[in-house]
Amino acid sequence: MYGILISFEKAFELILSLNRELAGIVVLSLLVSGAAIVIASLLGIVFSYVLAFRRFPFKGFLTNLLNTSMGLPPVVVGLFLYLLLSRNGPLGFMGLLYTPSAMVIAQIILAFPIIAAMSHAAIVMVKPNIRLAALGLGATDIQASVAVIRDARYGIISSVMAGLGRVMAEVGAVLIVGGNIAGYTRVMTTTIALEYDKGNFELAIALGIILLLISLFLNAALFLFQRKVYR
Amino acid sequence: MRFRGLFLFVMLLSLCTVSTLFAKTRIRCASTTSTQNSGLFEYLLPIVEKDTGIKVDVVAVGTGAALEIGKRGDADVVFVHAKDDELKMVREGYFVDRHDVMYNDFVIVGPPGDPADIKGMKKAVNAFRKLSTEKVIFVSRGDNSGTYKKELKIWKIAHIDPKGRKWYLEVGQGMGKTLRIANEKKAYTLTDRGTWLALQDKEHLDMVIMVQGDKMLFNQYGVMAVNPLKHKYVKYKEALRFINFLISPKGQKTIAGFTESHGEQLFHPDAK
Repeated sequence: MYGILISFEKAFELILSLNRELAGIVVLSLLVSGAAIVIASLLGIVFSYVLAFRRFPFKGFLTNLLNTSMGLPPVVVGLFLYLLLSRNGPLGFMGLLYTPSAMVIAQIILAFPIIAAMSHAAIVMVKPNIRLAALGLGATDIQASVAVIRDARYGIISSVMAGLGRVMAEVGAVLIVGGNIAGYTRVMTTTIALEYDKGNFELAIALGIILLLISLFLNAALFLFQRKVYR
Repeated sequence: MRFRGLFLFVMLLSLCTVSTLFAKTRIRCASTTSTQNSGLFEYLLPIVEKDTGIKVDVVAVGTGAALEIGKRGDADVVFVHAKDDELKMVREGYFVDRHDVMYNDFVIVGPPGDPADIKGMKKAVNAFRKLSTEKVIFVSRGDNSGTYKKELKIWKIAHIDPKGRKWYLEVGQGMGKTLRIANEKKAYTLTDRGTWLALQDKEHLDMVIMVQGDKMLFNQYGVMAVNPLKHKYVKYKEALRFINFLISPKGQKTIAGFTESHGEQLFHPDAK
């Protein structure tokens, strides 16, 4: 127990003396996860809308597939993406392996099912007469869909929060496709894993605390935004 | 919200662009966790960059994975410690320009009480034989790393097949974690001296060195470039410059100057 307390004390010292390397790691984490969440949200919300209102074959199967993918293990996504992006793989010509872009792609794959499935649930909950009323009042198809999405926004924002939580906490996929290269693809979670390996528990704990604080801040911001739009 | 997102995205894109601008002199080196965890790269790479102008990105994985990444052409240069495998892959044409760079050694460590009574034995093979007959636990990396390969070689010479035996734990983890598990279980394990010293320094494991100094426990590190004839996009010229620095008198002296916090030298340069 004493050791844990010492770790926390050192962790706070490290946070207060936030150095450039640590700051770079934090910034890269935010950039990668931020980009992944924005793209996954746009794709996921559009997809969930199509799933809710368009008729097409295998819809039930697709919905099932989507719900199942919410539990995709990050290491499996990482390995799959590694084989795709490897120089020997089908997308190897793009030279994306071990770059921040590869990490963004991995996180999009992880966040997309969560955002799409939860948004889908939120959109389905919206009473169908909103869409019909909008269409009846002469709205175009796109305007009607905006009306529905507006009505489902509370649930949709929740889905984005859940997606963000998933990608910020994830380590398996970014470790494989990013390679944890110092100053280039090293993010908070992979640094924590590395520092644990090296036996630097204090630094690992410090990073863990920073990660939690950032998650807390982001979630608080989204929560305020959610409350604002709900009124 | 979307604007902020767009902003982030643009920032990320520019980050990627900036990094590709500098990509001219950037090479990727697949190496091992033990080398990275010792802190060697943090010490060595800034010196390499200053001297050759090449920025080396290190992907640290197990030796097996590092060799595979090199074979697939996902790295430009490979810096590992599995000489037999390295030479085999050079013969198969995957790598070129292989050089010995440095060595350190493996040690057998265990609980201070030494229930198997192997302390001070001269031959690692004999110590392994004794471990297999006494009722003690042996923790193995079990992960295709250079250390694991060395361990398997010793078992093979001792004519013992430890796989699946009750006293043999394959943990499938890096060296640091394996040592920690051995410490918790009061077990024996094989470790490279660098990781042992670094971890012992920080965490005060309740373990001591049992066997050391056997030629069998010699741990040779080598560097080699991915064959540009196999993968035409690898940065062969830059990789060669990195290799040439490592084996140059200056590079060798730099490696010799790397010590752990008590001043003990961790790697011994031996390029020819």
